[in-house]
Amino acid sequence: MSGGKWPRRLQLAVLAALASIMLAGCGSDYVVLNPKGPVAQTQYDLIMISIILCSIIIIPVIALTAFIVYRYRDTPNNKATYKPNWAHSTKLEVIWWSIPIVIIAILGYFTVRDTYALKENPNKEVQPMVIQVTSLDWKWLFTYPEQNIATVNYLQIPAGVPVQFQISAEAPMNSFWVPELGGQIYAMAGMTTELYLQADHPGEFQGRGANFTGEGFAHMQFNVKATSQDEFDQWVKEVKGTTPAMSKEDYEQLRKPGLSEVLTYSSFPEGLFEEIVSKYSHGHPMETGGSMHDSMHMDGDKKESAPGSEAGEKKDESAHSTHHMPNTAMTPVMSH
Amino acid sequence: MWESLKEFASWFFVTGDPLIYGAMVSIALTMVAIVFVLTKYKKWGWLWREWLTTVDHKRIGIMYLIASLLMLFRGGVDALLMRVQLAFPNLEFLHSDHYNAIFTTHGTIMILFMAMPMMFGLFNMVVPLQLGARDVAYPFLNAVSFWLFMFGAMLFNLSFVIGGSPDAGWLSYPPLSQNDFSPGPGQNFWIWGIQISGIGSLATGINFIVTILKMRAPGMKLMKMPMFSWSVFSSCVMIILAFPILTVTIALLYLDRFAGAHFFTMDGGGNPMMYLNLIWMWGHPEVYIVVVPAFGIFSEVVATFAKKKLFGYTSMVAAVMGIAILSFFTWAHHFFTMGTSANVIAFFAITTMLIAIPTGVKIFNWLFTMYRGKISFKQPMMWTIAFIPCFVVGGATGVMLSVAPADYQYHNSYFLIAHFHQVLIGGVVFGYLAGIYYWWPKLFGFKLDEKLGAWGFWLWNIGFYVCFMPQYALGFMGMTRRYYTYGWDLGWEPLNLVSTVGAFLMGAGFVFQVWQITYSIKHGERDTTGDPWNGRTLEWSIPSPAPFYNFAVVPQVKELDDFWRVKEEKANGTYKEEPVHLEPIHMPKNSGLPFIMSVCWFIAGFGFVWEWTWMAVIGMVGVALVMWARSFQYDTDYYVPVDEVRRTEASLGRVY
Repeated sequence: MSGGKWPRRLQLAVLAALASIMLAGCGSDYVVLNPKGPVAQTQYDLIMISIILCSIIIIPVIALTAFIVYRYRDTPNNKATYKPNWAHSTKLEVIWWSIPIVIIAILGYFTVRDTYALKENPNKEVQPMVIQVTSLDWKWLFTYPEQNIATVNYLQIPAGVPVQFQISAEAPMNSFWVPELGGQIYAMAGMTTELYLQADHPGEFQGRGANFTGEGFAHMQFNVKATSQDEFDQWVKEVKGTTPAMSKEDYEQLRKPGLSEVLTYSSFPEGLFEEIVSKYSHGHPMETGGSMHDSMHMDGDKKESAPGSEAGEKKDESAHSTHHMPNTAMTPVMSH
Repeated sequence: MWESLKEFASWFFVTGDPLIYGAMVSIALTMVAIVFVLTKYKKWGWLWREWLTTVDHKRIGIMYLIASLLMLFRGGVDALLMRVQLAFPNLEFLHSDHYNAIFTTHGTIMILFMAMPMMFGLFNMVVPLQLGARDVAYPFLNAVSFWLFMFGAMLFNLSFVIGGSPDAGWLSYPPLSQNDFSPGPGQNFWIWGIQISGIGSLATGINFIVTILKMRAPGMKLMKMPMFSWSVFSSCVMIILAFPILTVTIALLYLDRFAGAHFFTMDGGGNPMMYLNLIWMWGHPEVYIVVVPAFGIFSEVVATFAKKKLFGYTSMVAAVMGIAILSFFTWAHHFFTMGTSANVIAFFAITTMLIAIPTGVKIFNWLFTMYRGKISFKQPMMWTIAFIPCFVVGGATGVMLSVAPADYQYHNSYFLIAHFHQVLIGGVVFGYLAGIYYWWPKLFGFKLDEKLGAWGFWLWNIGFYVCFMPQYALGFMGMTRRYYTYGWDLGWEPLNLVSTVGAFLMGAGFVFQVWQITYSIKHGERDTTGDPWNGRTLEWSIPSPAPFYNFAVVPQVKELDDFWRVKEEKANGTYKEEPVHLEPIHMPKNSGLPFIMSVCWFIAGFGFVWEWTWMAVIGMVGVALVMWARSFQYDTDYYVPVDEVRRTEASLGRVY
């Protein structure tokens, strides 16, 4: 082990690894680095800003490490200065307390700016469309309140239109994520979270659940298809005309643990999503997510369900008991 | 009768998997072998007198070390099983249930039953020696801590063959960890394994705070205390503030499961998000609890092997104590994606970034300790130098994760997985390994073989980058953590295969280290001086291995790095020999009660796990009885006569 040379090799390895990630970022498999909408674009820009700012620290520090370790190695012929008691320099310490402070200040500015920005509709010129998302064990239910249609494990949206996703769950907490369109947000029972996404152009994107929900979690993937507004309207019409309506019983069936095919419904029971949310929100305004608009919206629902709280509780009981599913109650896809 | 017995067994034991049957057989064989060896060589008495009842901090430290290496092995095997499953798309090596159990136990074991005991082992092996003390402040409590950890860990590991492993993730988020979705004893094993060992951790925190505040050698002002002891102090402050939160949180979770309470349930007024907040109020400080002592180790190692004073000691102290405070204000960054208001997210993003400042400062201080030094590349120093670039990159990806809106894209992806493995392996594991190599001669009296160590070092390091760099890229490809399988259509397969190869390289590194230890027991270079590395602090002033009372004469401290000062003064002839006279040494007596009490906790824990109230009651009554018995014990200490001290020292080559 000849001392001194290896950190430099290590440094090269790290740089090469980083570089290959960056270069490979051009490949379309790197979905996070190939934003297809304004939200993902904002996040991509932030990722790049933070990589650059971090590199300002990483590269000199690693180079300095390599230099110092090589220069001050303890070998007989090394003529480098040796000052065993030199252990303090106010000037130097002020410098390296302030470098990270400056970097953090710059990064903090961008972070705070975009944290607020992403709460808003990313495309102010267009009225957002609403889609309600429910995470079930182990499938995604999408209800379109404006079109009154529903899909399972498949999402179709018009390109160029911001979509406001209202997200909840009737299952363990999941996270709704379409990396090419933007970052994820949790799906939690009894609450609605809100996420704006927009696809700039027609295309197909992969969506998935990102927070572990148990046995079938890895199979909670879905396709997102963005089309032109016309095609989208056409598709809605088609769904209305050719697919079955979803009944209450269909939903009860759907929420039982298991996997599901892609399904499409020409309608869904009125207020289904609101009912799913209020079933677990116990009459408390306890959602963590959502804007003022959204929480007012939810309060309205609660007022409706509050007087009939006895019935509501009974429903809770039945929900409770049906969840006592043995883990073996899986569709054949899962068992080997 | 026979039928109902069979039915009980199939419910009680984990059945149906050849891997687990194999494990059961090997566990049974190992136990038989241990009993056989102990009986054949008549070692039962020795085991009880010298180890099970010991209150000597060095022996307790060694037991922690052995236990943590065993847990590293098990956690590592878990990791390799996962990497095999993910090496190719659609592999059917493990099915979903089994994979979920394995990543749950991997995480829990690596943090709570590997990192924590390895850290406590280092605390025990080093801190009293560094302070010039003869033991910790509460030696009996120290033994209680160890045995609670040990039996907690055993209870947790038992779930592997009895009842079934927990499978809701290493932090057991409800509602998934509730009865509705995770019935059976698995989650209860998780709760009680952690609960029992957690009480021990809290007690250790208290013990070392008092030791550091009250047991320092005369003259050792706080600002003359070695950096490692400072880092232990910082870590213990975090322990006593954070661990009560863990205890209460998982007690409430258990009430949900056992008594039908609704603290964290989905229905009935429970709030699962409350659990997330509480568990991370413990969980985030927890990662600093384990990493800060590693910073202390690096500080000692860098100064020793650069043969130079630690640069910026004062700002190092400020940095480790600053981290202890800041660590309590960042917990929500573990769930930026919960959809809360922008104000909350912005607050936690900024506090998280602030942590980078003291951490960055420490890196510069280590670098400038080496600057104008004379660096020798012994094993502890190799791990320290390897740590710096690794941790700088890991820290930088941590800063990237703290950028909240970008975190929506990283969260729960392999980018996150790569980040925390980089800081936990590059920081904690490299640090503890550096510490073990550094202090090993002090504990055992011989050095670990350099050549085999170099194999271990390079395999670990190369393996680390091969394993985890591709995972950053997989994160950018949208690969989510905790997927037990994935399809061909996503382009994830080449990098996953590379990552698996890296994991096996690290595994090979571990094998070399085990070989290194067994080889060195016989062939390692003996340390006859007590100061094998030309050390700077008090622990190197006494013989190796340290006698049971540590210091024949309590040292008088004048400076930071006091032993270095003594050596320098002796070299240039200015050292004033003070007349020493030996005095009888006050020492604590061994006790079997910590062991017995922990057995009772184990019985109670087992009862709680299976919800057999009668058994839990028996166990808890046992715990109470032991405490009661202890409170009437007055004969708990003794004096080592001067003659015996003189004889012991003479046998170690020191004449008084």
